Parts: sequence; C-alpha cells; structure tokens
Amino acid sequence: MCGAPIGGTALQGLDINKEAVIVGRVTHDGANVSGAFVRLLDSTGEFTAEVVTDAEGIFRFTARDGAWTVRALAPGGLTGQSAAPDVAKGRINQADIQLG
Amino acid sequence: MSRENSLVDADWVEAHLNDPKVVLVEVDEDTTAYDKGHIPGAIKLNWKTDLQDPVKRDFVDQAGFEKLLSSRGIGNDDQVVLYGGNNNWFAAYAYWYFTLYSHANVRLLDGGRKKWELDSRELTTDEPAARPATTYSAKPARTDIRAFRDETIAAIGKQNLVDVRSPDEFAGRLLAPAHLPQEQSQRGGHIPTAKSIPWSKAANEDGTFKSDEDLRALYSEAGVDVSGSTDTIAYCRIGERSAHTWFALNEILELPHVKNYDGSWTEYGSLVGVPIETGD
Repeated sequence: MCGAPIGGTALQGLDINKEAVIVGRVTHDGANVSGAFVRLLDSTGEFTAEVVTDAEGIFRFTARDGAWTVRALAPGGLTGQSAAPDVAKGRINQADIQLG
Repeated sequence: MSRENSLVDADWVEAHLNDPKVVLVEVDEDTTAYDKGHIPGAIKLNWKTDLQDPVKRDFVDQAGFEKLLSSRGIGNDDQVVLYGGNNNWFAAYAYWYFTLYSHANVRLLDGGRKKWELDSRELTTDEPAARPATTYSAKPARTDIRAFRDETIAAIGKQNLVDVRSPDEFAGRLLAPAHLPQEQSQRGGHIPTAKSIPWSKAANEDGTFKSDEDLRALYSEAGVDVSGSTDTIAYCRIGERSAHTWFALNEILELPHVKNYDGSWTEYGSLVGVPIETGD
C-alpha cells in the first residue's frame, strides 16, 4: 500500500541510532516497482549513491543527518523523485517515490 | 586506446551474442543480480571471491589470473566484454585489471547492466553453456597504471590527484558510499591538493559515459591538467569507482600516465602521519 510505513526485514542489519537511514518505496499507478534505480542526491543535487529496489519496490540508504533527495529511474522512461528534507538518526526517514 | 577501442554499446553486444570469439562477462561485488538474470551467454566473475586475494589485501596475482581465466574458458585471443551493476564500477575495475595483465582485446559495455535494463533488453536465468578450459597466459602485472601509497603521497602538489568519491566523502562527512555501512578508514577527508570530481559526473543518468568533449571540459574546469604534461592518480574508497574514472581519463580521453590508486581511501585514511584535508 502506498505510504505504508516500512519496517521489519527492510531495515535488517541497520542501526538507526548509529546511521541516518533513508528508506522508501517506488510505485507506479499504485503498484510497487522492483528493479528501479534510485539515486541519493545531496543538498546541492550531487550524486551520492545508487541502489536498485527490491521485490517490494523498497530501497534504503545510510547517509547522515541533513537534507537529501531521492530520484528514481525505471524502464520505459519512467522517473520520479521525492525530498527528504530533514533526515536524522534515531528514526526511520521515509521518502516514497511515485513514478510518472 | 580510444572510445572506439574500449567501449561497445548495447546494440553491438546484441549483435554479437552468438559470436564464439566474444566472451561476455558480468562482474559484480554481489553476484545475486547475475543469478536473477543476466545477458544471454554471459559468464560471471565475483569481484571479491574471484578477483581478490583471499588472505592479503591485494588482487590475485599473475598465476591466479591465468588459472581463473583458463578455468572459465577465456582464451588470450578472445574478445572480452565486461559489464556489471553499480554503473559498471566493478566491471571498470575488472577492465583495469585485464589491462594490467595485458589482455589484448577487452571492452566495457557502455552503461552496463543499468542501460541494458532501462532499455528492457533480454535477460535470462539460463546458465551459459560451459566454455572449454583454455591455457591462458598473462603478462606480468603492469605498474604504469597502478599507483601505490608512497607514490601517491609523493604526488601531493605535483600531479593531478583526482578524488572521485561523493562530495560528502571528500569532505570527511561520510566514510563510505551512502548505500554501504559507514565504516572503513580510521579518518575521513581527502588527500591534500586532490580535486573533487565525483565519478558520477563522468556518466549520464543511464550509466553511459559522457561525450569526449563533456569529459574533457569536466576535468579541465575542475582544475585537472588535461594537456598531457602532468601525470594523474585517481582514487576513491577501494579503487572501483576510481577505475571508472581511470577508464574515462586513460581509455576515452587517452591522457598519458593515468594511474588508479586501488588502495584508495581505506588505505590512505588509515595511514599514520600522512597529511589529510577535510571540508569541501
């Protein structure tokens, strides 16, 4: 379901108190998109990292406190992005992306 | 080398899928992507278990490389086409490595897995037909494209030092790419006088390399002497992203004397007493 909180196995192995964790789900017309390429951009728009979404369309990054943007690219020329303006340790920072 | 002699595009690969003299090799740090689907006929190399020494920090030696390629059925006269995930980072590393051992005919698939997937080209889970073993013969490792720590320290203020990590890693705010756990070197920051030119600036969003003109402008505007009169060392965290930039500088732009410092920040940032700068 779009906007549902992400937890459980998607956060396995991550210590949210030690690292600023950014997670999100990529969807298109309400369906999860697996295999989308998601980039983490810093506050100047510069590329920081890239991951591929899993079978549930979920991605995750370990960053630092601050403002970030996540941007997704998928086959068929689909793109989308979402802002994570206030990422901080100690909580789950979720930024879902809808492709269009 | 040149773009024509070092890169092939996805159309070329599709046209050569059944060419017995072309060996497609997917190279990844984590080969689960290959197992879920790969370009038809491609064999896999695991960057960690196949290409790295299992004990000391180094890559496999000449005899190990010969044994590996022989067992995978790659001959000296085969054309090897490398590709992989992570925007070809590990495939570029493998390219550098094939070059280091003087394989005659090696290419990188421009854009790697990403471009192939974004184009919705065919992937298969079928295992490729086993290639008969060969007797591969490598040359001694070249030293003119690999930098070690002492020459990197000696290059401070004298050569082009190109730090290809993300701006946050360059500044010392992160120690590793933001999709990996934040552990590695003892200290954060960069080598004094290094220019920050993230590897990603050399690539388009689909993972293909930018044009020669754009690449030349990118490095020269960032303060790298691209006239050919200054030697260059590229580094990152473990040498894979800097292999991507080494490819852009050495193979595409054909600058003379470009080395990849594969010890990179995990080595430099743990050395005692070497100078480090922090901040942007």
